[in-house]
Parts: sequence; C-alpha cells; structure tokens
Amino acid sequence: MSASKAARVGEEIWKGRVDKVNAELVVLTYGTIVAQLCKDFDSDYVQVNKQLDKMGYNIGLRLIEDYLAKSNTMRRCSNFRETADMLAKVGFKIFLNITPTVTNWTSDNKQFSLVFEENPLADFVELPDDGRAQDELWYSNIFCGVLRGALEMVQMQVEAHFISDVLRGNDTTEMRVSLIRYIDDELPPEDD
Amino acid sequence: MSNLQAPRAGAKEPSGLRYPTNGKTIYHRPLNRAKAAELSGASFAYLFSEMVSYASKKIESIQDLEKRLNVQGHPIGLKLLDLLLYREPARSQTRPLNIITLLHFIKNNVWQHLFGQAADGLEKSSDPSKPDEYMIIDNEPLVNRYISVPRDMSQLNCAAYVAGIIEGVCDGSAFPARVTAHSVGKQEEGEMWPGRTVFLVKFAPEVMERENFLGKG
Repeated sequence: MSASKAARVGEEIWKGRVDKVNAELVVLTYGTIVAQLCKDFDSDYVQVNKQLDKMGYNIGLRLIEDYLAKSNTMRRCSNFRETADMLAKVGFKIFLNITPTVTNWTSDNKQFSLVFEENPLADFVELPDDGRAQDELWYSNIFCGVLRGALEMVQMQVEAHFISDVLRGNDTTEMRVSLIRYIDDELPPEDD
Repeated sequence: MSNLQAPRAGAKEPSGLRYPTNGKTIYHRPLNRAKAAELSGASFAYLFSEMVSYASKKIESIQDLEKRLNVQGHPIGLKLLDLLLYREPARSQTRPLNIITLLHFIKNNVWQHLFGQAADGLEKSSDPSKPDEYMIIDNEPLVNRYISVPRDMSQLNCAAYVAGIIEGVCDGSAFPARVTAHSVGKQEEGEMWPGRTVFLVKFAPEVMERENFLGKG
C-alpha cells in the first residue's frame, strides 16, 4: 500500500469505524499512571521508563489484533518501509488520531524515525523540576513498548526508543525504530 | 538508595526546566484546545486495563486494589474541578457552595465531560440515620466496558477509579468526602443493566455541620 493510500485508509477508519471517547479522559489517565509510577519507583526514572515500556508491550500484543481487524489488511507489508507507513498513517491514526512523520531512514532501510508533531499523551504535561526528570524520563515511553509488542506479533523484532522529546526541552519529539530481524516461526533453534 | 537528591547547585534559580525554542510548552497551548478532541475508546481501554493489572500486583485484598485505583483518580478530580469551572461561562463559574450544587456539578458537568453523557441518577440515602450519604448512579460505567471481573474477585468494581475522581472533585471544593463504587446490577439473564454502579458519597461530619448551619441562616 502506498503512503498516500495508507493515509486515506487511516482517515476512513478513524471517521467511520472507531468508537471514540473524550481525549482528556485518556490523557489524564495516562498522566496518573506515569505519576503513580514515579511515586512507586521513588523517582527512579530509569525504572519508570522500563515499566512504561513493559506496559506498552502488553498493550501491543493485544492491540495488533484490533488493528488488523479494523484496518482489514489481510496482506503482509512487502517491506519495512511499508510497515513504517502503515504504522504511522493507519496505526497511530486509528488509536490516537495522529500521524507522526516517517523520516531519517538509514540506507539499509532498517531504521527510521517517527517525528511527533502532536502527542496527545503529553497534553497538560510538565516534567518535575527536580534536575533529573528532564534528563532521564521518557514520558511517552509506552509507545516504544506498544510498537515492540505489536510488531512482534506479526513476526518482526524491533527496537524502539525516544531520542528527543519537547517535554525535555528539545524542539521535536522523535522516536527511533530499528528492525532487528524478521522472526521465522518455522526455523528450528540453532540447527546447523 | 542511589537516587537521593543531590544538593542542587542552582537551587536559587527559579526553575531548572528547559523549554523548546519553538514555544511548544504547556504555557503556549490554549487550555481549551483538547476540550472537544477525541481519542479512540480502545486506547483508553488498553491504558485502563494496564493500570488495573499494575495496581493488582502486591495487593492484599480487593479493598486494597480499589483503594489504589481510587488514589489514582483523586488528583484527576482535583484538577478537573478547576479546568471545568474555568471553561464555564463567566456567570456560572462559581464553585459549588452547597452539597446539592456540588453533586449536580459532578453528575452533569464532570460526567458529561469524561463520559459524554450525564450520570443516570442522583439520590439521597433513604436511611434517615445516614443524612451524610448520597448516591450517584451510572447504569453502565464507561470505564468498566471492557473489564471482566474474575469470579473470585466478585466484589471488585474497577470504577473505584471514577470514585477517586469524584472524591477529588469533592475534596477540591472543600467538601471532603469518601467515595466508593459498588456494583448493584443483578447478574440474572435479561437484566437490563448488569453493570449498574452506585457511587456512594459520604461527606465528612464537618461538611454536614456547615451545611446545617448555613441552611438555618
């Protein structure tokens, strides 16, 4: 599917087939989750990032089915570039009504960035002014886990992490996604 | 612990936070921007289910779990009170000054904003020995839509999260209260509202005392 077709598909699904709720309910709920984690882990932000990633992973494992059902794409993406477009223009669109920009590909087509013009999760948010949160906490880290979990269920092992965030004072919010490998179900473990 | 606060060299500076140069900060965003914005119900359901399963670790009882959900809702209520009043037209921007106005504000404004419709009912306890108890009724709480409670935890009602939000609104308006969520739907076949939930609002004694005093004046 071409990028422009993906954008159209995403728009159509969002308009017609998605059950919606008030955005602030979601935003505030995410906020209270992160705040609670910061409290529970005693402001050990590295642990908070990990826990958010783990929660995202659990979500991703289940979300992929919803994605497949709604997007009605029975066909596999033919390459990782197509995967990136579908992810940004259909996936993010139907769950969060945003379409991050896919950019900064490496020449081997295995790594790209998602740049978030808009990030609904970060509405109303300011990180704690404790001299550390802006250096250590990735507020929206749950996204990384979601991608990892969802793509794993369609045989792609990826690694995702944020490299900048407007909440940290950067000018953009950018996530780096790398394809580690395609997971082959049939392959017996280490058989040569 | 290694994360003890290091003495901050710049402790005298007003704020140590960095901001983007392009003005993408919360101070530059209109507060009403996301007022009518929508997100998918699925994204809420996923987050809420992670919140519940995280909260259900290391708990000793169902009450414990409900308490944790309540605690997570509380700060939302506190903030929502200000946010929603700010968005009201100037003439109705006053804070609720008595119990009934407060409860109507919750039943209508808070519910409408969070769940897209007003709550289904508001009642005063019919038990004369409990004049401090009120009930807000929701036939089908949105937060419970995709929650299925295991049989051995049948007293659990995850709308304890919403109870926490209500409690936050009450506390923020200086009407301290305890709010709990109770499932009252009958689990029989053909039951219209099996998920019917009552939010029991129990105001603190000083609130009742003030209310009575003001009522006489």
